Amino acid sequence: MELPLIDITNPNTLPWLIPFGPLLAFFIITLLTNRAKWLPATDEHYGGHHPDYDGMDVPIVADWSRVVSIIVGISGVVAALLISLNLVGQALAIGAGTFGEEVFASSIEWMALGDTPFRIGVMIDPLNMLLLVMVPIAVLCIFVYSIGYMANDPRQSRFFALISLFAGAMLTLTVADNLLVLFTGWEVMGVCSYMLIGFWFEKESAYKAAIKAFTVTRVADVVMLLGIAYLFAMTGTLNFRDILMNEATLEMLAGTPAIILGSWGFSAAGLIGTLLIVGTIGKSAQFPLHVWLPDAMEGPTPVSAMIHAAAMVSAGIYAVIRMYPLFVGSGDAFGAADPHHGLLSQPLLLMAIVGSFTALFSATMAVAQNDVKAVLAYSTISQLGFMMAALGIGAYVAAAFHLITHAFFKALLFMASGSVIHAMEHGEHHVHEHHHHALHSGHHDEHDESTEEAAEDMAEEHGVSGHAEPPFDPQDMRNMGGLSKKIPVTFYTFLIGGLSLSGFPLITAGFWSKDEILADAWLGTMEGFGPHALVFFVLAIAAFLTAFYTMRQIGLTFWGAPRTEAADHATLGGPRNVVSFTMQLPLIVLSFFALFAGFVGVPTDFPILGSIFSPDHSFFHHWVIYALPHNEVFHVDAPPFNWIPLLTSFAVALGGIWLGWRMYWRKPLQVGQEDPLINILGRSVYTTLQRRYYIDELYGVLFVAPAKWVAKQVNVFVDKGLIDGFLHFVARAFTWLGDLFKVLNKWLIDGVGDGIPRAIYDLGGWLRGAQTGRVQQYLLAVLITILVIGLFFALTAGGAVAAQ
Amino acid sequence: MVPLWMYLTVAAGLFCLGVFGVLSRRNGVAVLMSIELMLNAVNINAVAFWRYNTTIASLTQPAPSELNGIVFAAFLLVVAAAEAAVGLAIIITVYRNRRSVDPEEADTLRG
Repeated sequence: MELPLIDITNPNTLPWLIPFGPLLAFFIITLLTNRAKWLPATDEHYGGHHPDYDGMDVPIVADWSRVVSIIVGISGVVAALLISLNLVGQALAIGAGTFGEEVFASSIEWMALGDTPFRIGVMIDPLNMLLLVMVPIAVLCIFVYSIGYMANDPRQSRFFALISLFAGAMLTLTVADNLLVLFTGWEVMGVCSYMLIGFWFEKESAYKAAIKAFTVTRVADVVMLLGIAYLFAMTGTLNFRDILMNEATLEMLAGTPAIILGSWGFSAAGLIGTLLIVGTIGKSAQFPLHVWLPDAMEGPTPVSAMIHAAAMVSAGIYAVIRMYPLFVGSGDAFGAADPHHGLLSQPLLLMAIVGSFTALFSATMAVAQNDVKAVLAYSTISQLGFMMAALGIGAYVAAAFHLITHAFFKALLFMASGSVIHAMEHGEHHVHEHHHHALHSGHHDEHDESTEEAAEDMAEEHGVSGHAEPPFDPQDMRNMGGLSKKIPVTFYTFLIGGLSLSGFPLITAGFWSKDEILADAWLGTMEGFGPHALVFFVLAIAAFLTAFYTMRQIGLTFWGAPRTEAADHATLGGPRNVVSFTMQLPLIVLSFFALFAGFVGVPTDFPILGSIFSPDHSFFHHWVIYALPHNEVFHVDAPPFNWIPLLTSFAVALGGIWLGWRMYWRKPLQVGQEDPLINILGRSVYTTLQRRYYIDELYGVLFVAPAKWVAKQVNVFVDKGLIDGFLHFVARAFTWLGDLFKVLNKWLIDGVGDGIPRAIYDLGGWLRGAQTGRVQQYLLAVLITILVIGLFFALTAGGAVAAQ
Repeated sequence: MVPLWMYLTVAAGLFCLGVFGVLSRRNGVAVLMSIELMLNAVNINAVAFWRYNTTIASLTQPAPSELNGIVFAAFLLVVAAAEAAVGLAIIITVYRNRRSVDPEEADTLRG
């Protein structure tokens, strides 16, 4: 195995170093700078930030250790960012067409498998080049934000170690040149998400969410691994370009009937594609496996930003775009499937249906959520559904575009909502201290009433009961209101992120990417294709709902008058001055991207703006198409400009925003007032939406309960009955044998061994009685003995005489 | 001539008297004296047997090999004297230690 010498002037070997920084940071922090003492956490350590530590022994990391951990963690990401930007700059200098042919790649032989050595390597092509801009920037923002957000957490070093590993895994996945390395990064992210969602593992809901995320994605990952194994079995390689740029391989895959379902028209490529997509459905939280993502917000907010934007869920979509020719090339022969002309292969159809359904389905759930992060969590699922649906109808460029813009504004929204939570916690902390001095006032009672319901929810969820004061939920939007005056920077950045998510026309990034998906879908619809029409109309409705729930969220959170005292005292300030600075700076940076990132993908023939930003061709489109093989299926032009999707896009965004504004801004929610949505939808529908269509409960009945039942039966019959029974039988047999030996030992060995000396002892004791010490008695004994002996001799002699 | 059985009878009586004395007397000195009686009974027996085993002719001028009974008797007297000396010494020592010569009380060798 020859190791490549990493030459920092050679763009082909430089990509090896991109994931290296964060991974090294993980090891350094874990091994060196995570020096902690086990101490009971006091208020000073968590600053009211996370009350579950109260009185508990937690590892308190020394201040120098935290600072060094932060420096190491951020250095790793900055290194990755600098290398990435350097490489992106070199790629831009080369130009899309040439770079698409001659990507930056190097690989080493890893292990010899039969006659085909397995190679691992790195590769940067026009597609992951875009991710190499997005991921390090978003991650760096998240890191900086974490300095402030986690400043009060006694385990900040551990947090930075894990989040560095997370970033390293995402970058590994991004620069991977084959599916196995991609899958490695994919799985390491799974572990990181498990550890980070369960970061506050003292909290029952957190560790349950961690286990749920891990288990659900694991189900999908197993299926995906089957797809990878099948692909390797068919082609003997997992290298992206070897498979995807090679028409002979694709034709072979498309022409071979699959080992299962082959008779139903499934080709090998179709089966592999379907298996890989199931992996994506798990990772990107699409419909049947979406349940883990809303719970994943139990982790610290920077983790949510990481999972929802920069890393985990993007990985699923990225993997699909990366392997896109495989999904397309799964008709009867290569080229037969052409989504732009209505020829959908099975994996594409699956994606179109699952994606569009998920987009609408989770948008409806987002409408009724009261937790500030839950709205965003469902929104992420919904937006990923947009991307998935776009991929299903062949709009892979639009999907990639939406992936990038969504990452920026969703990271922004999550971190802004984290600031809201942080501010609310501070407000609550303040109120709490205040009331310790001034006891309970009438004002306070009012505050209690308004939070009563929320408190009940909290108590139910967290299993907390018996507290003197009901636990306050700083994430419940019903407790907020009026925060725009308390934390203005957060408000404006949140508003920018929210408008971008809503697809506010022309000036936000979200508009351009969402519009492109709709334009692509409309193009297909015009040519009369069923799935395209489905995607177009479903996504339009979902986009309307997106705009509505985003406005509802911002209205409830920031507008009107504060509905609780905590909201009234909300502030970002903390015991450390860096907190508010490090929490606001990333928001400002990201809101810049949330506004302007879309201009890289303005369609050329868009009126006025097209000629300003994309005079020759849409920059984004132009790059991404060169990542895929050069043929008429992939090298499609951007959809021609059409007023209908544009006006639809305008209408749904503005309509949703208008409705949200009308319901939640013009008449802000008053203290104790119910959500006006309950009257419109009816309480049962509202509750159904809020309870996520009872899907978690359904899974509980369908999967968890049977699994528990089986486990119980196994416990009773196999474990307790069979195994324990056998073991108990063996134990009993040996106990019996032991008892037997014990009796034998007592009776035979002890009996003889102890009996002989005892008999001798007893005899001696008995004989001792004869030894009186009196001479005359001795003499008497002697005399009697002599007489007896004499008599004996006399008798025997007499007998002898008589015999003679 | 006095027949042998008479001597033996007297000796046996004397011996029995000695045995009785040894077993019944509560005075160590008396016990010692009773032992002397038993020894004298033996002496009588020894002399009597000697006399009946030896021809009359040789009585006046006996051969040295024919003097065994008398020699036995003489030895017995010497042994008796020595025994009496040792016995008296023991009795005196016992008396010194216990202010008593009762053999019943001298039971230090009890087991």
